[in-house]
Amino acid sequence: MIVYILCFTLFLVGIYGALTKRDLIKIILSLGIMGYAVNLMIILFAYKEGGSFAILVKDGINSNMVDPLPQALILTSIVIELGITAMLVALSIRLFQKYKTFDITKIRRLSG
Amino acid sequence: MPVETWLIFILGFMILGSIIALELKDLLSAVISIGIVGLGVSLAFLFLQALDLAIVQFLFEIFALIILVRAFIGKEYHIQEPSRSHIVQSVVTIVVLLLILVMSINMFKALPSFGHPIFSTAKHYVENGGRETGAANIVTAIILDYRAYDTLGEVTVLFTAILGALTILRTKKSNGLAGGDNEAN
Amino acid sequence: MKQTEGMTLIVKTVTRISVWLILLYGIYIILHGHLSPGGGFAGGVIIALAFLNVMLAYGRNFIKRWVNIGFLHDLESSSAALFLAVGILGMAIGGGFLANFISHGKLFNLLSAGTIPVLNIIISVKVSMGLFVVVWTLSVFHLDKGGKEE
Repeated sequence: MIVYILCFTLFLVGIYGALTKRDLIKIILSLGIMGYAVNLMIILFAYKEGGSFAILVKDGINSNMVDPLPQALILTSIVIELGITAMLVALSIRLFQKYKTFDITKIRRLSG
Repeated sequence: MPVETWLIFILGFMILGSIIALELKDLLSAVISIGIVGLGVSLAFLFLQALDLAIVQFLFEIFALIILVRAFIGKEYHIQEPSRSHIVQSVVTIVVLLLILVMSINMFKALPSFGHPIFSTAKHYVENGGRETGAANIVTAIILDYRAYDTLGEVTVLFTAILGALTILRTKKSNGLAGGDNEAN
Repeated sequence: MKQTEGMTLIVKTVTRISVWLILLYGIYIILHGHLSPGGGFAGGVIIALAFLNVMLAYGRNFIKRWVNIGFLHDLESSSAALFLAVGILGMAIGGGFLANFISHGKLFNLLSAGTIPVLNIIISVKVSMGLFVVVWTLSVFHLDKGGKEE
């Protein structure tokens, strides 16, 4: 149970960063932290006591496998996260070029 | 040591690293501290027997680090000093989030304890995956055979995200990718 | 424009040897995706990192001389359509969208598992080219902006 609580704490740290920081780069980092915490939480739910990896071995039987379905779902999620990070970086660079700042309160004021 | 002890150790490190990354002023140090969190996740996947995920997460972390350093650690970016966040706002946020954490403990008590999974849908995949698809790696069998339609959607999302990044970054005078017009100036 | 021409001679020499090993490892990861950990996503990121290694060590102009970036972008876009084409072929031959219509072969053989290795290769092309084009555009944009302001 304490592992779940720690993982949830990591998610809350990400929310704290996204809510209070005014730097665009820090906000991107907080979104990344939240993504890590969610991915890790789903894999934590799927772990089986004494389980082994979900790959068939050539000689002998690998009977006690962990659940492979959440792993397949998270695998796609990680790659999408990489694409989204790249897009957020591109967006913030564009904003910097236009407003010459990363501070979101100033960006809001400049927009009129 | 049991797996749970290792995971508590790694998660403690990750929480520490994320707090440091959010509170540091120096951008390069913040980006490197995010590396602690990502590599910690990769290590935790290894302990949780998710080998494919460990490899992908490790590479993802390196790639994200390169993108962030390449984009943000420029010459003029760190001269701009962002204004400090409001102290009252920070304190209120921390108190509310701590309240949420304390109140959610009961919910985690209701869950089955660590090591006893909730999901039981994948029994068919584990038992028949090798025979039905011919792939020894069950995770690959799921993402490319049983749930390949899911992967098609994922490929589309990745394509759209990359297209969005290229569209945002496209300069006005170039009529295609930004690579072509570089020779002119 | 001194910095854009790449790093020192030592870095260039090491890169010249190590890039081929990185590429080989990526191809190994892709082709063995149905037998061992790895697969299209991991192998694609490794290949993108190999391209990135050359770009960082030799500078952007070297890459532009040897590779056509527009062609890489076309390759990335068409691989998504190829994925769809495999799915429609499965509809025509195997009787279901994205059905595994090639013979499964023997378990633990390299040439087995039907369409899974084919889809792995398509996904790896998509991921590697997409990520490399994004990083390329990011760095070129940075250069343009610096040139414009000064």
